[in-house]
Amino acid sequence: MWRYLPVLLVLCFWQILCFLGTVPNYVLPSPIEIMEGLGTLLTTGMPPGHLLHNHILYSLYRVGWGFSIACALGIPLGLLMGWFPLFHRVLSPFVELIRPIPPLAWIPIAIVWLGIGIRSAAFIIFLGAFFPLLLNTASGVLSVNPILIDAARTLNATQKDIFFKVLLPGSLPSIFVGMRVGMGVAWMTLVAAEFSGVKDGYGLGFMIMTARDIQKPDQILAGMLIIGMIGFIIDWLFRAWESKIRPSV
Amino acid sequence: MHLELIGLGKTFADGKQSREIPAISSVNLRVEQGQLVSIVGPSGCGKSTLLRIISGLEKSFEGKVLLDGQEIVKPTNDVGLVFQQYALFPWRTMCENIEFGLEIMGMCKEERRAIAEKYIHLFGMQGFEDRYPCQLSGGMQQRVAIARTLIMNPKLVLMDEPFGSLDSQTRNDMQEFLMDLRRERNDTILFVTHNVDEAVFLSDRIVVLSKRPAKSLRIFELIAPHPRDRTSKESNDIRREVIGILRQERISPSPAAN
Ligand SMILES: Nc1ncnc2c1ncn2[C@@H]1O[C@H](COP(=O)(O)OP(=O)(O)O)[C@@H](O)[C@H]1O
Ligand SMILES: [Mg+2]
Repeated sequence: MWRYLPVLLVLCFWQILCFLGTVPNYVLPSPIEIMEGLGTLLTTGMPPGHLLHNHILYSLYRVGWGFSIACALGIPLGLLMGWFPLFHRVLSPFVELIRPIPPLAWIPIAIVWLGIGIRSAAFIIFLGAFFPLLLNTASGVLSVNPILIDAARTLNATQKDIFFKVLLPGSLPSIFVGMRVGMGVAWMTLVAAEFSGVKDGYGLGFMIMTARDIQKPDQILAGMLIIGMIGFIIDWLFRAWESKIRPSV
Repeated sequence: MHLELIGLGKTFADGKQSREIPAISSVNLRVEQGQLVSIVGPSGCGKSTLLRIISGLEKSFEGKVLLDGQEIVKPTNDVGLVFQQYALFPWRTMCENIEFGLEIMGMCKEERRAIAEKYIHLFGMQGFEDRYPCQLSGGMQQRVAIARTLIMNPKLVLMDEPFGSLDSQTRNDMQEFLMDLRRERNDTILFVTHNVDEAVFLSDRIVVLSKRPAKSLRIFELIAPHPRDRTSKESNDIRREVIGILRQERISPSPAAN
């Protein structure tokens, strides 16, 4: 807990600067004003009537879709890439060419293809999460010590046994890394994707942009705080899940 | 049960320099039921390769491996292999590691647990069932690896320098443990080691291999009863002779440099 003491000191210093009027509050609201902004987001909503928890639910819903599809495709494809060298060779050039395109650069074409709404948002999020999942899973399979495969074979394991009882558990740590990195990218991508317009009027990115449109820096910063905290909690949940199903090593 | 190796040879293709590395050349050997045969040879001479071929892990090689006259071309439950690096599954507990082969066979959980418990008892490992390999000592890990192989009751057990990375006290304990186990079960074992003392202490027969490409140089028959005195005259005589051959191997020039 002591490690957060400097943060607390900076917050006090910040509050004092704002109190003295050194920094005008339309540029940087004080911590207390940000908390008040958070209260407004919770009770009145931004835009009014659109309450914070609904923004959160819509954002999580979009991320949930995009991330689930990324897992459903990225993990099996990554396993296949790691297991079959031919598959790896065929898929790698596509990955190398497509991966450097930032997910956000896909927004315009995603809107053309899928329209504004959950489908294009989920698609952008999927793109952000897919590559970390795919590549981490593939490298996880490749990192499984070949001697473990040999050991399984001498115990009469079939290809299917090797896949499910050696390669899959052996690459699980890397799959978790892929999920955590993928979820991190998905969350970052989501907020930016919501900047560019959402149909239903909900979403954390949309909420911040609305607060900007009507000049509410306290609510912008409160929104940023919420986005950061949710990202942190999601990552924490993944780590907790991982340590639950993996032996303490 | 008996094992026959007929003209066994293996050449590796060295990808980078597109040349061929002959690892072993025409090894002939016969192992009878219940024997413990040791293979000693300079390091890198092809001992591990030989065991991999016998276990069916290598796809291409020259010659034949016959187990009871049946050719071995792929891994089977009849031949077990204990790896030098233990090769335990790090995500499985000790008990789950030992059960692996039975699980592959499709045996139900209760049944295989009961059999594994018997082995854990026989190996003196009670109380550690739920530990992961990284939580076990080196000697214990190797015992788990041996139990994982023996639980399948293979006709032939191959061991690749199983005690090579243990400290000398643990190594001696494990050698004695292996001898106790043999009195109990009478397994047929082909045992690779670079430790001449170990070979002399354990074996019914010692095969000395040349340096790469490995061929059989000399075979010693050891008749002293177990448990053996590590410092007896017979032990020392054989040890001296084997060490002499190996030293000669090290200093002699390579055959037909490739
Ligand atoms: N997969 C492989 N590809 C190429 N060369 C190999 C391979 N495996 C082993 N070798 C070579 O074959 C020789 C024998 O190896 P090995 O059987 O491991 O020796 P030992 O177990 O006696 O120390 C070594 O020179 C090694 O470099
Ligand atoms: Mg070796």
